[in-house]
Amino acid sequence: MQRLKEHLNLDQMKRNIVDSQIWRSMFRHGYEDTPRNRVLMVVDNLWLHLHPTKIRRHAIRIRFTWCMGGITFLLFLYLTITGVILMFYYRPVGEYAYIDIKFLEFDAPFGMFMRNMHRWAAHAMVIAVWLHMLRVFMTGSYKPPREFNWVIGVLLLTMTLMLSFTGYLLPWDQLAIWAVTVGTNMARATPLLGNEGPFAELVGVTPRLDARSALLGGTIVGPPTLLRFYVLHCIVIPLIASVLMMVHFWRIRKDGGISGPL
Amino acid sequence: MAKEDKVIGTADDFPKTSWERVNDKVHVWPYLTRLEFMTAIIITILLIVWSIVVDAPLEEPANPSLTPNPSKAPWYFLGLQEMLVYFDPWMAGVVLPSLIIVGLMAIPYIDVNPKGNGYYCYKDRRFAILTFLFGFLVLWVWLVIQGTFMRGPGWNFFMPWEEWDPHKVVALTNVDLPYLVGFRSYWAQAAFGIFCVGAWYATIPIYYIWRRHTLVNVGFTRYAVKAFLFMTMMALVAKMALRIGLNIKYVLVLPWLNI
Repeated sequence: MQRLKEHLNLDQMKRNIVDSQIWRSMFRHGYEDTPRNRVLMVVDNLWLHLHPTKIRRHAIRIRFTWCMGGITFLLFLYLTITGVILMFYYRPVGEYAYIDIKFLEFDAPFGMFMRNMHRWAAHAMVIAVWLHMLRVFMTGSYKPPREFNWVIGVLLLTMTLMLSFTGYLLPWDQLAIWAVTVGTNMARATPLLGNEGPFAELVGVTPRLDARSALLGGTIVGPPTLLRFYVLHCIVIPLIASVLMMVHFWRIRKDGGISGPL
Repeated sequence: MAKEDKVIGTADDFPKTSWERVNDKVHVWPYLTRLEFMTAIIITILLIVWSIVVDAPLEEPANPSLTPNPSKAPWYFLGLQEMLVYFDPWMAGVVLPSLIIVGLMAIPYIDVNPKGNGYYCYKDRRFAILTFLFGFLVLWVWLVIQGTFMRGPGWNFFMPWEEWDPHKVVALTNVDLPYLVGFRSYWAQAAFGIFCVGAWYATIPIYYIWRRHTLVNVGFTRYAVKAFLFMTMMALVAKMALRIGLNIKYVLVLPWLNI
């Protein structure tokens, strides 16, 4: 390694580039590596300013954080971008939804790639959230003063599952419709509010008017369900999740930064 | 460090305040930001390669009149679908999932052990870690794996090397626990069922009275919530054991609900 360094002499190469006329014409002055500049790089940058300027040494070890919270957020960003692109091609209507997916796969430029990325990132996000929760539990990071941020985290886990579940229906194929049928059949058995649940007679709910039909917009998983899940998937749940994420990140700072031995 | 670097002068060359010397903190820029950048690049590459190589599934168009066998929920909900084998839908599909979410949110408020805050440690919080890992690895991850790979047509159990035979015949010999024990009259069965469920949860106050001196700083309300959630999680395990071992369908049978 040492010999490689001597031969390559990266410092000399860097100086040759930075001192060249072309570089100088673009960048008038260099980045001076001072404590002040290191702090300013974080606080002067909109995208970085949610970080603290300094962090405890153990907190940058991958063995400690597993990077899972950050990976979850990164996947959420990818899902937002690919999701918006998919929305240009997709109509949440019973007659069109499946054909639009076919068009996306065979005709739209990079359509299949965008759909693949959206689907695999969604699965990966569920796994990343689980691992993030496992890490936070194993380090006892939910303990005071971070109790409430754990509660926000559980809500975010629920939102992630709901996002994934509502998105599962949108391709409008056999896999989608029956997975959602199995998943929403449970609502029929809600105590008091589902028509087959315990004590349903007391409330007087019917198959046409109970917890499940409110979710599906009918008595079966049909086109009204598709529209409902589309709106939930693209607008309602992402908005709720975004608000919760803001609180989640803000609370990390307010609760004393990332956890560590006291 | 090469000698030339000193010309610019790194942050390490600047005099530190006394606070900085005793503190083990490092600058976020560059030590954390470069890690985040590398992680983002690696995850992005993995995601792109995976998306090029593996296509997302797309089956036949939705057909409400053609039910596939088996019909499965999305993979992350298969643990809940698995619970349907052991409990009625109101319990497996509504009450238990709600309790899972509420129970997870309650963890910071029922675990009053101040040790193990912010570092990996097993010795000081054995019960908390064992309970959580059991719930996470067995009741969540394992049931998802089993639901994905070992539940075939009719939600029957198949080993990985067995073919998913849609005509597999499984004898339905399930009986209710009160019947198995010998109660034949309807009211005797109901009374025995209520006794079983009551006895299960009666362990909560009994344990409290027995160990009340060690539970002083936990407090009764906190203890009651904690014990209820724990015993409910264990009730799922007990019901699984009864169902798999003794073909028990219900423990408690009433006109309004069965458990």
